[in-house]
Amino acid sequence: MSIYVNKDTKVIVQGITGGTARFHTKQMLEYGTKIVAGVTPKKGGTEVDGVPVFNTVKEAVEQTEATASVVYVPAPFAADAIIEAVDADLDLVICITEHIPVIDMVKVKRYMEGKRTRLIGPNCPGVITADESKIGIMPGYIHKKGHIGVVSRSGTLTYEAVHQLTEAGYGQTTAVGIGGDPVNGTDFIDVLKAFNEDPETKAVIMIGEIGGTAEEEAAEWVKAHMNKPVVGFIGGATAPPGKRMGHAGAIISGGKGTAEEKIRVMTECGIKVAETPAVMGETMIEVLKSHQLDEVCKTH
Amino acid sequence: MNIHEYQGKEILRNYGVSVPNGHVAFSVDEAVEAAKKLGTDITVVKAQIHAGGRGKAGGVKVAKNLDDVRTYAEEILGKTLVTHQTGPEGKEVKRLLIEEGCDIQNEYYIGLVLDRATGRVVMMGSEEGGTEIEEVAAQTPEKIFREEIDPVVGLLPFQARRLAFNINIPDELLSKAVKFMLGLYQAYLEKDCSIAEINPLVTTGDGEVMALDAKLNFDDNALYRQKDVMAMRDLEEEDEKEIEASKYDLSYISLDGNIGCMVNGAGLAMSTMDIIKHYGGEPANFLDVGGGATAEKVTEAFKIILSDEHVKGIFVNIFGGIMKCDVIAEGVVEATKQVGLQIPLVVRLEGTNVDLGKQILKESGLNITSADSMADGAQKIVSMVK
Repeated sequence: MSIYVNKDTKVIVQGITGGTARFHTKQMLEYGTKIVAGVTPKKGGTEVDGVPVFNTVKEAVEQTEATASVVYVPAPFAADAIIEAVDADLDLVICITEHIPVIDMVKVKRYMEGKRTRLIGPNCPGVITADESKIGIMPGYIHKKGHIGVVSRSGTLTYEAVHQLTEAGYGQTTAVGIGGDPVNGTDFIDVLKAFNEDPETKAVIMIGEIGGTAEEEAAEWVKAHMNKPVVGFIGGATAPPGKRMGHAGAIISGGKGTAEEKIRVMTECGIKVAETPAVMGETMIEVLKSHQLDEVCKTH
Repeated sequence: MNIHEYQGKEILRNYGVSVPNGHVAFSVDEAVEAAKKLGTDITVVKAQIHAGGRGKAGGVKVAKNLDDVRTYAEEILGKTLVTHQTGPEGKEVKRLLIEEGCDIQNEYYIGLVLDRATGRVVMMGSEEGGTEIEEVAAQTPEKIFREEIDPVVGLLPFQARRLAFNINIPDELLSKAVKFMLGLYQAYLEKDCSIAEINPLVTTGDGEVMALDAKLNFDDNALYRQKDVMAMRDLEEEDEKEIEASKYDLSYISLDGNIGCMVNGAGLAMSTMDIIKHYGGEPANFLDVGGGATAEKVTEAFKIILSDEHVKGIFVNIFGGIMKCDVIAEGVVEATKQVGLQIPLVVRLEGTNVDLGKQILKESGLNITSADSMADGAQKIVSMVK
């Protein structure tokens, strides 16, 4: 078991003919992901790495029965691409594209109300279920099948956490990057809920960063509902206020969104927070040991 | 991106939001000319810098005649204002807004901002105008009223009316207040603002509803479609290295330390700063080279770090995903060829194409200290700059 994606998930790549998408389509295919179609307007009828390209998402779905898509479309057109995928009634849309204007995402989020499609991202590394399906841009080789769920606002910090876990011999179920933008599709709580219900997942690591209050809300949810141990980390403890630290969502404003406050609330809610990004893995292992989950989670 | 108050007011005027008449002045003579053109009894001389709190720092003066205007303009132009938003080094005033004075009856607050929890734009209002909204929120949160805006229909007249009633704008000014709010929302939406804050909004003796101040910030991701806003950018208000970095789509922020950092991904870049501090070092910058960087961009990034004279060592921390390690390695090698490297360089590479990247660095013959992990790299660079 895993969450959101598995070895049978059939995936469409939106914007497949772009350079980045081509590179990562190849990587995803090599990992074993079932990439069944690509979409680029006016490139219908061609192929990329043996994958048939269609003009529209609807057509791609009709021809291939895909249930998920991954969006690599450039920022000015990405919101439209997401909406096209939602319109085609897909289960899951994962948007990798960064720098989408916020107002565009406000409209996307409104459009998605009442629709069944789940959006992950934008501005995220994607979703990977180890040894089954990699949908996104994460380096596949660092992941190993196991029992730890990973959810994060930052792409590269997710890799860091996964790498530390794998090196120490602890595999993962699914790693989900929810993205660094202020308006996104899936939030921490959605993913925590899914991990809570997944029997294979025994513990979760949740990686946040400065800005907003999503980590605090997630921590309160963990305290009230989560029946598995959660380990955390917050990036940006030393960031100066008022400056946007790369991610549009990572900004401390009006005294809100500081790492200190997030760490305080998370700790209060029973989440063990790693002191530095270098000890995310170690912190998880300590927690697993204290819950007698060490044996079951150690995969090699 | 930020703009000046006078530029914000220009934009608002185009959306039917009333603002006092005024002109920008770059010199004392221009300031006096501007006041003559206005021809009002009372003129306000306002320092234009990209920071709030100007009044308290002595950057806003009320002039009763042209001599006053000259005196105040001489006093403020060239002065370094230190406010709670400028940092201790302050900001030098290079532009003035010369504006007609108005007969203020009451001061209010109106602001538009994204509510991250709901993913919608929210209009906030308060009758506590003139004070910082964060202060009002902390001390008297019941005095802040919110209207959540559905992007399908935009801010609706009934919402604007409700907000105006809630903050006690007099009934006879209701329609003007509604027009003001609807115009403000339209400007926010069409210009891709990230913040539009009017503090204070004032009602005047002659029955007007006006923006006495205007703070507009813009969504950097949308600037590609806001050419006229881009034209308002004042490079003198920004950090030189940050400007250089923005030319190459690099996300760079200057800090006070001596360890230059080059990282991919915002989260990892922030955490790299954190871990350098954890081991007793001080980062000189935040630098996220992004996902789609080319070797050329990486070269420029490296040159920008080296141009900071405080930098005594560099830590490159890369976990390749969309970014490939070989691209980083090529960029680093090219930059050091172009500008030389006299200081310690620690490189940690992991992720996509890692072996290729390591090979390029090895074959370059450069004096590079390699690190096995983030903690290892941070410890090494901290000990090398000590």
